[in-house]
Amino acid sequence: MTDVTCHDLLDGLSDYLDGEASGQLCAEIERHVANCEKCRIVVDTLRKTVTLYHQLPQPLMPAEARERLYKRLDLAEYLPKPK
Amino acid sequence: MTDTSDEKALLARIRAGDKAACAECIELHSPEVYRLALRLMRNEAEAEDVVQETFLSAFKGIDQFDGRANLRTWLYRIAYNTALMRHRRAEPEQVPVDEAADPEEGSIVPQALFDWCCLPEPELDRAEVRAELESAIQAMPEKLRAVFVMRELEELSTQDTAAALGVSEDVVKTRLRRGRMWLRERLAGYFSLKAPAMEDLNYD
Repeated sequence: MTDVTCHDLLDGLSDYLDGEASGQLCAEIERHVANCEKCRIVVDTLRKTVTLYHQLPQPLMPAEARERLYKRLDLAEYLPKPK
Repeated sequence: MTDTSDEKALLARIRAGDKAACAECIELHSPEVYRLALRLMRNEAEAEDVVQETFLSAFKGIDQFDGRANLRTWLYRIAYNTALMRHRRAEPEQVPVDEAADPEEGSIVPQALFDWCCLPEPELDRAEVRAELESAIQAMPEKLRAVFVMRELEELSTQDTAAALGVSEDVVKTRLRRGRMWLRERLAGYFSLKAPAMEDLNYD
């Protein structure tokens, strides 16, 4: 088994964080990160970046825009009443 | 709607000109089409126009929908193409700076190695951080952003994202990897300015 370099690690990082990397690649990345502070920071901050954007609130379509959409499609009479 | 038979029944009704079915389709899919359009256009009024044009095109061309993708993916594809055309119409002679270089090419070596992940949770869970993240997503190169929004914010599969964008699954994976690294880099820059006393390493 060859050692992963910093650059090899970058290529496999997305799969690793998604749980889609092979067992061998995971082991190699974890071994590399244990001995490489720079890559440890990249892995940790990338993981945190993913967590942060998954927590972003989803933008909602404004009610007026929805009304105009129904109207443009000639479906105004089918616009559901507000709950 | 995830049930294939429900979707087929809805499509059959839309094809038959059933307006109530069109309204059901809008109720189901307009929130996600709007979110995609907003992230692509970066402007509410433009996003609204894209949503309207998407559903107009979809209902008009419903007979061309061959059912290979699901309805949601097909709507995303129309919305993406509509957004792209609007961008090109707005700036026909300009190559956007972020498109000048192919986003699949070049280095993604991290430059900012500020270790912000262990900042206290209250530091990370703030409106200002969320605003910075939104602004970073908006500033992401267009090709990376389209993949990023579909895969990460709308949670489409790699296969569906590839179908919606008309690219290969390998291209989707590459752009997602680059998009994530791009955001990480931006946030590292942001947090290093917020906490300048912490150590910043160089990656070589």
